[in-house]
Amino acid sequence: MSYITKSPWVIHYDGSSCNGCDIEVLACLTPLYDLERFGIVNTGNPKHADVFLITGGINEQSRAVVKNTYDQMPDPKVVVAVGICAATGGVFRECYNIMGGVNEVIPVDVYVPGCAARPESIIDGVVRALGILEEKRAKMAENGGDKK
Amino acid sequence: MELWVLLIFLILFPALVALLFGILPNSRLRDTIVVLVSAIIIAASLCLFVLFAGAGKVYVDINGDMISQIMIGLEVIISAGLLYLAAKYRQYIIAGLVVVQLGVVIYAESLMQGTEALNNLFIDPFSIIMAMIIGIIGSLICIYSVGYMRDYHAHHPEMPDKRRWFFALLFVFLAAMFGVVFSNNLFWLFFFWEVTTLCSFLLIGYAWDEESRKNAFWALLLNLVGGLGFAFTFIYVGMIDPSGNLIMMDTLLAAGPAIAMIPAALIGFAGLTKAAQMPFSSWLVGAMIAPTPVSALLHSSTMVKAGVYVIIRFAPIYDASMVGYIISLVGGVTFLLASGIAISQSNAKKVLAYSTVANLGLVIACAGIGSYAAVWAAILLVVFHAIAKSLLFLSVGTVEHKIGSRDIEDMKGLIGRLPIMGLMMIIGIAGMFLAPFGMLISKWAALLSFIEAQYGFVLVILLAFGCAVTVFFWTKWLGKLIEVAWKPERMEVKISNFEFSALVPLAVLMVAVCIGFPLLSTYLVVPYVFAIYGLSATLGQANMIIMVMMVFMVLVMPLSLFYFRKNRKIVAHYVGGRPATQDMHFKGSIGVQRPVALGNYYLTDYFGEQRLSHIGNGLCIIFIAMIAIVLILGVGI
Amino acid sequence: MITGIPFEILFAIGFVILAPFIGAFIVGIDRKVTARKQGRVGPPVLQPLYDIFKLFEKEKVVVTNEVNFYILSHLIFVVFTGALFFSGGDILLVIFALTLAHVFLILGAYAAVSPYSHVGAGRELLQLMAVEPMLIIAAAGFYMVTESFAVKDIVLSPGLPVMTIPLIFVGIVFVLTIKLRKSPFDLATSHHAHQELVEGLTTEFAGPTLGMVEIAHLYETVFLLGIVWLFFASASMPWIGVLAVIIVYFLEILVDNTTTRVRWQVMLRSAWLVALVAGAVNLGVLALM
Repeated sequence: MSYITKSPWVIHYDGSSCNGCDIEVLACLTPLYDLERFGIVNTGNPKHADVFLITGGINEQSRAVVKNTYDQMPDPKVVVAVGICAATGGVFRECYNIMGGVNEVIPVDVYVPGCAARPESIIDGVVRALGILEEKRAKMAENGGDKK
Repeated sequence: MELWVLLIFLILFPALVALLFGILPNSRLRDTIVVLVSAIIIAASLCLFVLFAGAGKVYVDINGDMISQIMIGLEVIISAGLLYLAAKYRQYIIAGLVVVQLGVVIYAESLMQGTEALNNLFIDPFSIIMAMIIGIIGSLICIYSVGYMRDYHAHHPEMPDKRRWFFALLFVFLAAMFGVVFSNNLFWLFFFWEVTTLCSFLLIGYAWDEESRKNAFWALLLNLVGGLGFAFTFIYVGMIDPSGNLIMMDTLLAAGPAIAMIPAALIGFAGLTKAAQMPFSSWLVGAMIAPTPVSALLHSSTMVKAGVYVIIRFAPIYDASMVGYIISLVGGVTFLLASGIAISQSNAKKVLAYSTVANLGLVIACAGIGSYAAVWAAILLVVFHAIAKSLLFLSVGTVEHKIGSRDIEDMKGLIGRLPIMGLMMIIGIAGMFLAPFGMLISKWAALLSFIEAQYGFVLVILLAFGCAVTVFFWTKWLGKLIEVAWKPERMEVKISNFEFSALVPLAVLMVAVCIGFPLLSTYLVVPYVFAIYGLSATLGQANMIIMVMMVFMVLVMPLSLFYFRKNRKIVAHYVGGRPATQDMHFKGSIGVQRPVALGNYYLTDYFGEQRLSHIGNGLCIIFIAMIAIVLILGVGI
Repeated sequence: MITGIPFEILFAIGFVILAPFIGAFIVGIDRKVTARKQGRVGPPVLQPLYDIFKLFEKEKVVVTNEVNFYILSHLIFVVFTGALFFSGGDILLVIFALTLAHVFLILGAYAAVSPYSHVGAGRELLQLMAVEPMLIIAAAGFYMVTESFAVKDIVLSPGLPVMTIPLIFVGIVFVLTIKLRKSPFDLATSHHAHQELVEGLTTEFAGPTLGMVEIAHLYETVFLLGIVWLFFASASMPWIGVLAVIIVYFLEILVDNTTTRVRWQVMLRSAWLVALVAGAVNLGVLALM
């Protein structure tokens, strides 16, 4: 029995989003969608988090931060790229400073489509990510608890 | 061994070797002799403990007439010397005080002509505790000074090297302190008392530049004001009892509050000045200008301890009296406000100074209440404070020479850079405030006695707030010491053997007393308190077990580090997502590497030195005036 | 009557085993009620337990190894504090042990040498300083009512202590908000979705380390509510105390949800003012009676 799927804590980071997806992410926490039903909590601290939600494409400024934040999350962890910009760079793809989607910097587990992504699809994405999270946990447990 | 031999030895031996040190030049020989002499003093005080700890109160019958004459003679010489200095540096108030004091003492002496003074010296368990503090801690500080003063003069080449003078004074100081705690004759006590004042004056002014001279004279001035308390005691005693029997402390104490209240209040006043209570606390803070061993000596084993010693001696007189209660208020207010000021200081020595003032305040608050539980708490506080404070001062002294600063902010990560010194400091700090070590037990008993005293709730509140404040400034210091950034560069420094051989025993002593305090309580403190009150406070057995359990838990916990060393993944700090290196540099804007600088709270708006000392001085002056009024009106005696 | 050393040990063991579950239940109810107040469904009642179990499933990530030592010490001393309290020990020693436990937590945060945890440590220290006087005054108040520091004597003494020390009770309820890390006094670190300064004190604690902090919090919650219960302690009618605890805790949830975080100046001043007034008036009246 694993508890990680019952208590996924989320960190949310805005790569270079237009804030559209961010508002939708926050909307998930409001009474209408109430993500806390699933034990999901927005922590704002990578060291506490299990799920990394990123909105927006990656630019030169945010690249180091995304990498750093990801590195500081303890395993097992999953990354959810929210919105089309996080997936590919979206309409900003050709901009001089945009590197592209999140997968340019860190491995992404789930892509949530949309511009902006709707709260329902974000929740759906997170729930799918939980399955991957559980897989990673099981793998880690097999390897003796510690992924070096 | 005969008791009188031992007592005379403890008083005279350091004084005589002091003469020797006055002659010996700076040399390896002198250093060796210092260590040797200190070892002998330690051995002698242990000897006193082993042979007479169970003996209760023992008097030594010495024909005092001639000795008293010699003391008066010495006092005249000292006064002449002080007058010369006072005149040279235009300190006319001091000159006036010296003259008044000498006149009063000689006049009082004449009031009591023809007395047959016997039993001039004595010991009881309390004296033995004090003698151990002076003998062991004082001597260790002397050993430490050998190494420290060498460094000191290497760091301050501009200063004239007066080390002969320095060591001579240290040992005279110890001799005088032994005199204070062994004297039954108040004249004798006063003589030794004045010698400690003189020694502290000269040691504070060791550098003799403008600032140290100013602080030295200020200390002298305040202590002379306090000395007047003694002087007037003699006049009072001489007037009510020309036979001179009351000049013996034991007869005076036995005479009860009706007769002894006025002397007790006057001597209490002298004690307040010497113990650096508000409004007199400034001299002790100013004394920080002196070399660190002097501070350690003044704060832990000598000087201020003489102040609390006399007050604890007279505690039975204060018991349940108005005067005692007001003295407690002075102590309580000092405890709270001096602790508060310590929050606002970043200079380690100043923090220690204010914490000394505060702890002595707590001791005096207990002694002023004067009940059996309070006296029990007071004596334990004195012991714990002496050890912890000397350890801390000496550590700060050594660290200052190694890292070049005595600012607490500069001691960041000390446990990584200078592990042994860091550990010493942590032991000292833990001994100063942390449960389950020392202070906690005393605070427990203090609170109990405050609650049981009449109107004691005021003191309860002062203590409650004071404790909170104490926790604040010690913990933030501890925090600074353990803030080890990743892989600190360990400083390759050699700490002199002299310094080590003082620090290590003190640290061991600290831990030993924390574990073994029930023995200390049972064999020394309880017998003393029991002899006076017929009953004594102890921590209940269940509580004792709990305390010892906690001590062991704290001592065993570090073993868990061995477990935590394994199987961990080390990850850099979180600095808002910016990449940070493990030695705490982060990539700031436009890619510039910047160091992270962390500082502590000092809360100067609330706990500023000026503000709190104004409040404290004002309040305590009012309290002291109230004591005078109470005595004059004769109420509450 | 249930007294005697075997029962004391039994109570202590009972606390050590049951407290985390009771604590988790209380905190779970807290989260549920909070959610309902905000018109949400809220997490399952056992969510706090899930959170803690999950934290122990995570990788052992640390900033420095020493941090774990301090946090383990924190946990052990919090457990010790509560066990001492529920076995009827000396309430003053209980308070000192609690202070020690928090000093360890603060040292853990200092040892992490990170900006956020450093500021959190400083604030936690401020909270400790804000709370301490009221706790000691409360111990003194209990002593004045029952002539004993021992919790068991306080429980067995006739009458409800709150009848004679009502102001001290009010003061304790006030500082309880600080101790439970509830708004408006959640300066050092706070509960979910109240984040400020990342997570303050706990920023650098991850996985099992954070798990230990959370467990300690559960123990502490039970212990603190035990102190509230002590004000209504009556050997014959223990349910009065339980009722009082429930009411007080609901009050705390209400305060948590209706106030915003204050600056430390406001916290320190108000907590000290409350302690001073409650202590001086209540103890003063008792002393003069």
